[in-house]
Amino acid sequence: MSETKEAMNKPRTDKPIQPAENDNIITIIGMHKWFGEFHVLKDINLEVKARERIVVCGPSGSGKSTMIRCINRLEEHQRGRIIVNGIELSKNLKNIEKIREEVGMVFQHFNLFPHLTIIENLTLGPLWVRKMPLKEARELAMYYLEKVHIAEQAEKYPGQLSGGQQQRVAIARSLCMKPKVMLFDEPTSALDPEMVKEVLDVMISLAHEGMTMIVVTHEMGFAKSVAHRVLFMDEGRIVEENTPDEFFDHPQHERTKLFLSQILH
Amino acid sequence: MAVYDITEDYQDLKPPVINTGVIGWLRNNLFNTWYNSLLTLLFLYLLWMVVPPFIRWALIDSHWASTSAECHQSGGACWSIIHANIRFIIFGFYPPAEQWRPLTAMIILFALLMVSRNRKWWSRYLIFTWIAGLVVMGWLMKGGIFGLTAIDSSQWGGLPLTLTLSVFGLAAAYPLGVILALGRQSKLPVIRSLTIIYIEMIRGVPLISLLFMSAIIFPLFLPEGVTINKIIRAQAAIIMFTAAYVAEVVRGGLQAMPKGQYEAADSIGLNYVQTMRLIILPQALKIVIPPTVSILISAFKDTSLVVIIALYDLLKTTQSTLSNPKWMGFSTEAYLFVALIYFICCYFMSTWSRKLEKELSTDR
Repeated sequence: MSETKEAMNKPRTDKPIQPAENDNIITIIGMHKWFGEFHVLKDINLEVKARERIVVCGPSGSGKSTMIRCINRLEEHQRGRIIVNGIELSKNLKNIEKIREEVGMVFQHFNLFPHLTIIENLTLGPLWVRKMPLKEARELAMYYLEKVHIAEQAEKYPGQLSGGQQQRVAIARSLCMKPKVMLFDEPTSALDPEMVKEVLDVMISLAHEGMTMIVVTHEMGFAKSVAHRVLFMDEGRIVEENTPDEFFDHPQHERTKLFLSQILH
Repeated sequence: MAVYDITEDYQDLKPPVINTGVIGWLRNNLFNTWYNSLLTLLFLYLLWMVVPPFIRWALIDSHWASTSAECHQSGGACWSIIHANIRFIIFGFYPPAEQWRPLTAMIILFALLMVSRNRKWWSRYLIFTWIAGLVVMGWLMKGGIFGLTAIDSSQWGGLPLTLTLSVFGLAAAYPLGVILALGRQSKLPVIRSLTIIYIEMIRGVPLISLLFMSAIIFPLFLPEGVTINKIIRAQAAIIMFTAAYVAEVVRGGLQAMPKGQYEAADSIGLNYVQTMRLIILPQALKIVIPPTVSILISAFKDTSLVVIIALYDLLKTTQSTLSNPKWMGFSTEAYLFVALIYFICCYFMSTWSRKLEKELSTDR
């Protein structure tokens, strides 16, 4: 049976790995960001513990993507503090690179490197950032390719794969860096409906292994079955934050109720 | 509600055949409408007017190894002008007894170019081979050590000079252009403005004036007694000029790169140099192969402008041959010959670029 279905039917108490009690892997304090004059993020405060899984949802333009992109400095925040794995994000390039080594990111449009084969896409980070020997890097890459069920495509180019396969490769590429946190920026939004499941399956199995994840998504089934916490964002603020049960069954805020009524029909 | 029968597999159904033999092809492509038929007939008439007389002039009535006097009497092409002056056209004022040296150097160059054409051979050893080859070529051309008589570079000319200026010019201008393009995209305002000023100034000036500056004005600034070889000065002007154009083309390629590629590279933790070298440049340079090759081809042909600072490149040696009273009046033949040499070189570049594009294409 499909892993998705199974996982979704499981009661939440079953969640195999619970978040750590104390050590925050990500701490965001009073973070603001502007695009020019436009105030996209307003006073964001967030603590993420190791092995915690957070789903971020909200209408488009609410700043959810921008928020997770600030965590590995694809966007620069202008006020407040972001501390990742004990390192504070600042203009210091060395710190930024150190943080990026520990934070994996999966994009809506996969962003694989089209001029490299799948295996080359995966080994790039280990070879050049981790300075791993080629043989070891290839073994690592094959290990993760098998994990996302795509090992037989290793020598192909990204353009030869379907969207779902490409996204699974992108996940494997991030995993090859052995990240402490994985950020997912609408990983299934650009996929054909038939391919959403194969990507969610990979993400669910990742969750079962205890990966710390922040996922921006509209897949509410995924949120219900996998998340420890759901954040709802609107107009640059975190409006509501709750366990999935409470969030979906008893939304507090009017804005949240409206949003849920629109997406759950 | 409807459920369709999908058991039929249509295995015997072939695509419809349109072309039926030569007649069918002619009818479909050359005589399918009245105006196409008219154009076809007109074009055939033009071909009939031009081709047979040309063949008659170039091949049937022509002289290949005669004296100039015989040529003047006949109406056909006088290829004898090439035959009689080939050494001067190709080698210029290089001492005739030593002309085997530039010839050998050119053969080495062609061999290296042919080997480099195949990407299978691209490795560190090829770079060493090129360096060794360039040293040997330089030694052959210049001499002075290991038993070869020294030949001053003022005596270099003809095809070896054209090839020297082009090969070094293109080989140096390309990486310089890439660096300039990266500079123009730099986040550091100083680097960005300096490259913009450089590129805009060089592009705003014709190559001829750069060559003049390098030949006449530049030496005025040098301290007394210091002279820089004229060929090197011309070479520098060509490199500077071509690099500015390459830079703009490469910038176009860089701008065509989706932002996601930079972000993906960033998120893996690659630094700027790694991102450029491994992700951005391989893709951007591939996109701009066609316009880059256009620039390199036109730079190759522009080396003929060095005549204006009195360097005897291939075109100039040919012109000089024509000023010999014995061979006056056969400029058509001489220029056709030079055009052929230029064409072969340019065609080599253009086929190679197409081959490279095909090999680098990954969306099969």
